Amino acid sequence: MNPYPQVLFKNRRPGETILLPEYEKTGGYLGLRAALKMSPEEVCNLVKGSGLRGRGGAGFPTGLKWSFFPADQPGDKYLVCNGDEMEPGTYKDCQLLLADPHQLVEGMAIAAYALQTSVGYIFLRYAYEECSQRVERAIAEATAAGYLGRHILGTGFDVELHVHRSAGRYILGEETALLNGLEGRRPNPRSKPPFPAQRGLFSRPTNVNNVETLANVPHILTHGKLWFQELALNVESAGTKLFGLSGHLNCNECFELPLGITLREVVEDFGGGVRGGKKFKACLPGGASTPYLTAEHLDLMMDFDPLEEVESRLGTAGVTVFDENTCMVAVTRNLNQFFARESCGWCTPCRDGLATISWLLDQIENGQGTEDHLAMLHGQVRNIKGRSFCALAEGAMGPVEALLRLFEDEIKDHIRKGCCPFV
Amino acid sequence: MNDLLPQNQIDSFKAKATAMAHPHELIVDVLRAIQSHHNWVPDAGVTLTAEVLGVSPVEVEGIATFYDKIFRRPVGRRVIHVCDSVCCWSLGAEMITEHLQKTLGINLGQTTADGNFTLLPTCCLGACGDAPAMMIGLTTYGHLTPEKIDALLQKERAAIAADD
Repeated sequence: MNPYPQVLFKNRRPGETILLPEYEKTGGYLGLRAALKMSPEEVCNLVKGSGLRGRGGAGFPTGLKWSFFPADQPGDKYLVCNGDEMEPGTYKDCQLLLADPHQLVEGMAIAAYALQTSVGYIFLRYAYEECSQRVERAIAEATAAGYLGRHILGTGFDVELHVHRSAGRYILGEETALLNGLEGRRPNPRSKPPFPAQRGLFSRPTNVNNVETLANVPHILTHGKLWFQELALNVESAGTKLFGLSGHLNCNECFELPLGITLREVVEDFGGGVRGGKKFKACLPGGASTPYLTAEHLDLMMDFDPLEEVESRLGTAGVTVFDENTCMVAVTRNLNQFFARESCGWCTPCRDGLATISWLLDQIENGQGTEDHLAMLHGQVRNIKGRSFCALAEGAMGPVEALLRLFEDEIKDHIRKGCCPFV
Repeated sequence: MNDLLPQNQIDSFKAKATAMAHPHELIVDVLRAIQSHHNWVPDAGVTLTAEVLGVSPVEVEGIATFYDKIFRRPVGRRVIHVCDSVCCWSLGAEMITEHLQKTLGINLGQTTADGNFTLLPTCCLGACGDAPAMMIGLTTYGHLTPEKIDALLQKERAAIAADD
């Protein structure tokens, strides 16, 4: 059993979705009621003070993002929930929406009030049809109960939410590409600045947050910022995090765990250890774009800053584990093929660079690699990093760089032996 | 045009588009509706989408060809998307894909001769905890084994036969 406080997953039961009456019984919409008694700035400041950081991968402080939003600017403004969740290894938002979708609806109503926007879009990926249906049902229930719509809960504030069903492609998770997708434009990313807070959806101020980020907001409003901070084991952090486990573990499930929990506890106590009694070799700590961690990192805290100190990232906390028999060149090749295929082709470093890296990793993995290929791999990373139009190629470099930093011997072994030593 | 989209849906999209400040917003919805009715989006589907929403066919085409889940070429009655991303790969996706190809007698990107199945690779389906996984239509199936795949294909064949 999970001994840690359950916030986002407190109502989660296998195969079930919580409907409005039960959501209300467990404290649902108290956060919205509390928010509407405060001023929008007070709500913003509370979220800022809670220490909530974006759960979509970047870890940007949510309240700070909200404070950049021109809430008092007249005219249309938008709130957008990014539910594209397409980074390999990441499936937490899906689990959250299947179990308890009202948290997102309530979180968006509160965020809409704090940012003084009346229209919110929930962008959901193609594969999440079931989530889309459950979210739509939650929106309908909330609208009928007066939590959404005109004059919510008897106030002068209106808010309506729309679900947008996408049609595939990882690049849509990039927030400006997502905005183009919502508008019905070809979803290449846009240049930043201007940032969405200045010119976003339909060229109007827009705030984009991840599903899990927004779902945390009602609980912060209900229980306060100190309570939220104390949920984390790391005193410098705040809140719980949904960890989606995958790869070579005995138990590949999604758990709600405190930020600051050690990787060892995640892997051994919750993941049930590595399958077949094998040794832990490495993991992606938070999705396909996060640099590998190895056995020497097992006692690190799973949190934003501690992982950045070892040149990795918490990302989405989708932890994919690889056992001792796994070839890390093959893993990296698989990851890079994903990024290369999902590149939108807009900029050269991404379109051509990722394809070149795929070819180089192919050569090495198939035993045709040479020292020159290894040098070219280093060169490609240098040429791509910091030179691509958006974060996709930058993220793709995470595992490639980590391969070169942590597993260079393994690459050289391939070159020396003229074959993959793991086959 | 009725084999692309039923008239009542055309009318409903037209009415929505007229009331909207930004009818482009509905392009993906109309394309998905056509695909759900007609199985794939032919050139006439692109033109119809443009007409219904009052936007240019080039804009529609730019979108239709961007998304990998909009089919601009004919596909089988059931489209199988098999995940080849890292979590599924680490748990045998290559073997699963091999089994699908062998059982269906086609390679990735092809359609069976009876027109029943199209097999396509896809990136992560968000079913990493249930790897290896695939999607048939809009339904995701996880913890795949060759036996489970055989049973699912059998079930789909029966459903297709019942439709005909």
